[in-house]
Amino acid sequence: MRKITYCQALNEAMTQEMERDPAVFVYGIGVPDHKRAFGTTNGLVERFGTERCFDTPLSEDAMTGFGLGAAINGARPIHVHMRMDFMLLAMNQLANMVSCYRYMSGGKLKVPLVIRAIIGRGWGQAFQHSKSMFSTFAHIPGLKVVMPTTPVDAKGLLIAAIRDDNPVIFIEHRWLYYATDEVPEGDYSVPIGQPNVLLDGSDVTIVATSWMNVEALRAAETMKKRHGVSVEVVDARSAAPLEDDIIVDSVNKTGHCIIADNDWLHCGLSAEIAARIAEKCFGKLKSPVNRLGFAFTHCPCTRPLENLFYPNATDIIRAIEAKLHLEETDLSGENFYAYENKFKGPF
Amino acid sequence: MKTPMHMSMGAEAIAVGICQALESGDQVFGTYRSHALFLAKTEDTDDFFAEMYGKQTAFLKGKGGSMHLCSPDYGFMGTSAIVASMIPVAVGCAFANKRANNSRIAVVFFGDGAVEEGIFWESLNLACLMKLPVLFVCEDNGLAVHTPKSQRRGYNSITDVVSNFNCLVYQEKTTDAEAIYQLTCRAIEQIKTRPMPCFLQLKYLRYLEHVGVNQDFDAGYRSKDEFKQWLKVDPIELQRRKLKDLGWEKDEIAKLETDIDAKINSSVARAKEACFSGISELYKGVSA
Repeated sequence: MRKITYCQALNEAMTQEMERDPAVFVYGIGVPDHKRAFGTTNGLVERFGTERCFDTPLSEDAMTGFGLGAAINGARPIHVHMRMDFMLLAMNQLANMVSCYRYMSGGKLKVPLVIRAIIGRGWGQAFQHSKSMFSTFAHIPGLKVVMPTTPVDAKGLLIAAIRDDNPVIFIEHRWLYYATDEVPEGDYSVPIGQPNVLLDGSDVTIVATSWMNVEALRAAETMKKRHGVSVEVVDARSAAPLEDDIIVDSVNKTGHCIIADNDWLHCGLSAEIAARIAEKCFGKLKSPVNRLGFAFTHCPCTRPLENLFYPNATDIIRAIEAKLHLEETDLSGENFYAYENKFKGPF
Repeated sequence: MKTPMHMSMGAEAIAVGICQALESGDQVFGTYRSHALFLAKTEDTDDFFAEMYGKQTAFLKGKGGSMHLCSPDYGFMGTSAIVASMIPVAVGCAFANKRANNSRIAVVFFGDGAVEEGIFWESLNLACLMKLPVLFVCEDNGLAVHTPKSQRRGYNSITDVVSNFNCLVYQEKTTDAEAIYQLTCRAIEQIKTRPMPCFLQLKYLRYLEHVGVNQDFDAGYRSKDEFKQWLKVDPIELQRRKLKDLGWEKDEIAKLETDIDAKINSSVARAKEACFSGISELYKGVSA
């Protein structure tokens, strides 16, 4: 099968869905400009015209209500935010309008609205270009929240989101744009709400979100090589809904769980997952559930400080070693930033 | 009835005049103060009172109440209790209509307080930029809750400011539903032919307090004298006089009103008798 990047997978999903269904359109600040939303909207304006792929005023809140109004009236809009942080300007529309419009209409009106929000790290983004906010939106009934990690999921979940009759917040990590994998050429969808086992293992479960899956896979590789420990990596994939069977099965099998969230921990998705594990795996746990996430401070600009802010593969390795009472292996020769080396910025 | 009621008394001519000018496929969006608008657009008193009483016979089964009336089958697309938040939704709805080339227009009602929200300007700008078939209706009663415009505005005239956008602007101070109907017909024709959005500023006096049924004349922010002036041209009384001028007999007018009262009384009675929704409704309608 041919290989494409995560970025190309997003582009392909939108292209195919816009081809299939004339109700689909994509809009947002800078969407058709020369940078094409980091390449994800390449070719769309040429193929579908400015009526279905267009730029907007800098009005995030109104543009969200606009998408809602179009969605309840037969369209299937895709709204793109270059940063999750900008989407916060639309919090009123998201929390007070988009989430409850169907409920407000007695279930009569559908809200097939996709909101793509890009998150990331590196390049000195600092604290207003680096939030993830998974749990903030997942907390509100009526909003679906997904954050694919692999190119296959990027395409399949975006197609599922576009076809979903509910609002879906679709969160993409900028560093994942370079991830390359075999992706089916045809249309397919990945069900929203189900975690996915990225790596089978038997000794310890890492439940990770978004970019932290990449760190978890690197950590798993090292744990196998250095300690002979078999790590299972489960990508949560969705914050809402969150069907937890796959996570529960994995933790029941391994008895050990670390949650590596690409977000703050306090009141975050990691807390929700930990609570579910406590409720459903209590008798099978051999150690307390541990969590890794952003330092509970604001993201600093400069790289040495930023490295202290973000958790990484090393942190996961150390957490597993502590959990399993293993001696710390020497990681001085390891380089865990392969993807970032491809990222030439600016973000 | 246990639902916060923001009464429409005083604004009847606006709702009636505009809705009379609409085609059945046109879509209206309102606010928490939309009783008059709902009744003018749907004429469905059974549904209205069932929802006021919060009963399962209402379309919304008692989940919305006074502030969240909705009846999409009638083109009554919903109301919001957050000031100005429905304005961009109407603009998006108009965009879908324009794409579908169905000649429908979207009409969004809001108070003069909504003009102070950023999203009003965002939405107006967008509608003008995209030349969308939207009728913006500013129901201007000069009050935002209890705060007069003198304490809210750093400019003199809403219409002067809006006139700088690529938008048709009309203003009117009348309680005559027929005059508002005619104005709206003109506005709609322009919206369709130009094409561009239109902003209507219609002044009226809110007869009652912000929420509830008191008059608040002793609260210091509104005067009884002003109310008395407006009452002389009360929208309902005005139509009675006009019917008389058209040659209607007093008895005929009384019969008309008795019939309306009977319809309302029967809707109220049915609503009172109906049951409340149960657990089966609690989660319904959240997701598709």
